Amino acid sequence: MSSTQALLAPSLPSQLINLLAAVMLLIAFAMLAQRRVLTLINLFAVQGLILTASTLLVAWTTSQPHLYWSALITLVLKVLVLPLILHRLIRKLNVKWDVETLIKIPTTMIVGIVLVILSFNLALPISALSGTVARGTLGIAIAIVLLAFLMMITRSKAVPQVIGFLAMENGLFFAATSATYGMPMVVELGIALDVLIGMVILGVFFFQIRERFDSLDIRHLEKLKED
Amino acid sequence: MPNVTPLQNILVVVMLWLAVGLAGLAFPRNLRIVTKLLFPIGAAGALALAVSGYSAVTGAVDTLILPLGLPDLPFHLRLDALSGFFLMLLGAVGTGVSVYAAGYLRAGEASAPGVQCFFFQVFLASMALVTIANDAYAFMVFWETMALSSYFLVVSDHEQPDIRRAAFLYLLMAHVGAVAILLCFGVLQGGTGDYTFDSMRGVEHTPFWGTVAFALALAGFGGKAGIVPLHVWLPEAHPAAPSPASALLSAVMLKIAVYGFLRIMFDLLDTSVWWWGVVVLALGLITALYGVIFSAVQSDMKRLLAWSSIENIGFIFAGLGLAITFRAYGMGALAALALTAALYHSLNHGFFKSLLFLATGSVLHATSERSLGKLGGLIHRMPWVAWLALVGTLGIAGVPPLNGFVSEWMLLQAFLFTPGLPHPYLNMFIPVATAVAVLAAALAGYVMVKFYGVVFLGRPREEKLIEAHDAGAWEKIGLAWLAAGCVLLGLMPVAVVELIGNITRLLVGQSLGNPSNWLYLAPINAERSSYSPLLLLTVVALVALATWMLVRYFFHGRIRRGPAWDCGFPAQTSRMQDTAEGFGQPVRVVFEPFFRMQRELPLPSDQSPRYRVTVDDHFWYWIYLPLARATEFLSRMASKLQQGRISIYLLYSFLTLIALLFFVR
Repeated sequence: MSSTQALLAPSLPSQLINLLAAVMLLIAFAMLAQRRVLTLINLFAVQGLILTASTLLVAWTTSQPHLYWSALITLVLKVLVLPLILHRLIRKLNVKWDVETLIKIPTTMIVGIVLVILSFNLALPISALSGTVARGTLGIAIAIVLLAFLMMITRSKAVPQVIGFLAMENGLFFAATSATYGMPMVVELGIALDVLIGMVILGVFFFQIRERFDSLDIRHLEKLKED
Repeated sequence: MPNVTPLQNILVVVMLWLAVGLAGLAFPRNLRIVTKLLFPIGAAGALALAVSGYSAVTGAVDTLILPLGLPDLPFHLRLDALSGFFLMLLGAVGTGVSVYAAGYLRAGEASAPGVQCFFFQVFLASMALVTIANDAYAFMVFWETMALSSYFLVVSDHEQPDIRRAAFLYLLMAHVGAVAILLCFGVLQGGTGDYTFDSMRGVEHTPFWGTVAFALALAGFGGKAGIVPLHVWLPEAHPAAPSPASALLSAVMLKIAVYGFLRIMFDLLDTSVWWWGVVVLALGLITALYGVIFSAVQSDMKRLLAWSSIENIGFIFAGLGLAITFRAYGMGALAALALTAALYHSLNHGFFKSLLFLATGSVLHATSERSLGKLGGLIHRMPWVAWLALVGTLGIAGVPPLNGFVSEWMLLQAFLFTPGLPHPYLNMFIPVATAVAVLAAALAGYVMVKFYGVVFLGRPREEKLIEAHDAGAWEKIGLAWLAAGCVLLGLMPVAVVELIGNITRLLVGQSLGNPSNWLYLAPINAERSSYSPLLLLTVVALVALATWMLVRYFFHGRIRRGPAWDCGFPAQTSRMQDTAEGFGQPVRVVFEPFFRMQRELPLPSDQSPRYRVTVDDHFWYWIYLPLARATEFLSRMASKLQQGRISIYLLYSFLTLIALLFFVR
């Protein structure tokens, strides 16, 4: 593909994609550091928006029509629907604050930095081989996945954990578009549906947990363990 | 019907059984339909199966591929003389047990009759299918079906915690054994990836892998058959089941395990090493002795019979061990002799053990008592059951001219040929080991005297035994069928040995060269030893008749009934008879190191004296309890991983992810 060859040079589109990747990474860090649940949701929505933009950019430069559909799905699902559901959820459940994290925020940030270095290191052999727009973006994508995972581990409330889960999916999606020009449409649709259903189920769970324990703190679930 | 092969016949019977079982599920509480319609149909199927099995023993090998199973992995079936023999056993014993069960089941006892009928028929069908399976996949599926259906039969009376415990132990051991068998097949396929038996027959094994396969087969099938030290489930599970199920478990299912072992050792595994046979022989003899000693000290009649099954399985495995050793040294005729003895004993045990278990079932229904200490004198109340049980008792005790004698005699013959083995130690030690076999056989007679004497002879030990009633017509027919089998197998050894010759020709390439003499059974040669039960019976009958005539007509001819001799102590009660514990006491004292005993003796000053003795199995304390404790310890260690905190679980996934990322890098 001639367009791919062209992109290997530091052309404008590839630089733009790199920029967007950097912003996504930055947002991932912001999410890791953020204590307010409301802001967390907004950050998630912004991350979705940037993902949409980068998908559109890849679609346009490599002229692959099915990526436009992916971008549309991302926009609808991750920028509009999921944040809306989450907003309604926290309004209903009346949780605005994630009071305590299990590990202190500065510590988490340091672990996060280590993770980013690690993922770049991991992506190095793959990036060297790939001839896509990506190059550096694969490392960033892996870093986003791991950072979101880290966020799930360090938070003690259920809503931030779900946001972490969704952000992880963002990272995966980014890896897919930037490193391999997107997955087959069927897989993408399946994942989108998965995320949506997962969200609905988790929403139901929130209410159940709250009804049972009068709180959304998942540490209460430890009591369920059988001794 | 010239177009229907025996194999197809067998499949029809299996489907009939499954249909009968499903019909039982459809009418679970309708006792009339289940007992008077379904079980007799099942019995007819069993009879047809026995006939098909017989024609398979004499007929040619037949194979079939069923369009069942997984995609690209159909069930392969094969019917040869060996399968046919065990099908014959299953069919013949199954007929008697099914007929008996038609009269035995009661409403409101254990689980619903229809449900019991379902598991009973599935059990029969799965055993039949195991013997004709011709690939490892089908074999394991049928084997596990057999284990599960018999588990449900054992746990029929699931309201009692003891029975649930026994059944769980059985299920556990069955599964451990199944894993060993599965691994054994894994070794046997020898890297070809083809799990059909036809392909396994062609695989060459190195002595090492052959030995691994042998050890796994011995553990898997030996565990199912009740070889020491894997026997602990047997005396718990067999008595727990309802009597017809106990009869099937003891008489047939143990033989299916023997079949599996034979199939692997003599058919699938091409190599053979002489010391395998010695291992099997040693285990068999230990099992026989251990079983009979424990049998002698039991005071529950069904447990006594269960331990006696262990003893008989020990005899069968001793025979197999001899056969393996003889075959490894290329002594085909002697291998055929030992194998014939083992197969003959399998058949015999099938008949007399089911007969005795069913007889205990009748006693249980008539008296609702299982403890030997509360029975006695039943021969007056239940003459049918008592006389038919006497046939089984004599058979199992090895009294000529009944069937048990023939096989034990042949086994001893095989033992007596071992000095011919070309190995300096074996031909010294095995003849010594013969003494163990003889001891076990003699003690088996002792045990049977105890069983029969305490249950049926003497005077009733409890008031309520006066009201005991004889078995119903169905039960009588079932018992009589099995007793007839015992008598026929005892009187016609030549015919049976000729039949078994078809199998030994298949497995070791030779059969017993019995000179075509229908009267005398003479294994190897007639100068050495021979046996003619018909002649013996005739002589015994003539002598008995002559004595009776002499006494009746020439001596005095007067019959006078008087009190038994009371040793000068007239105030005797029925409690003063020899008890089961008392009868077993000499064995308990002589073989004390075998038992783990707890005794509670009354003091002379006790107002209400109590005597209590419990006899436990050492193997529980040596092997099973340490194993259970180790398992518990390991699971406690493993449960530390489970913290119940979502963050920790997420951390596990996270670390796994990182580790895997590094790994693929």
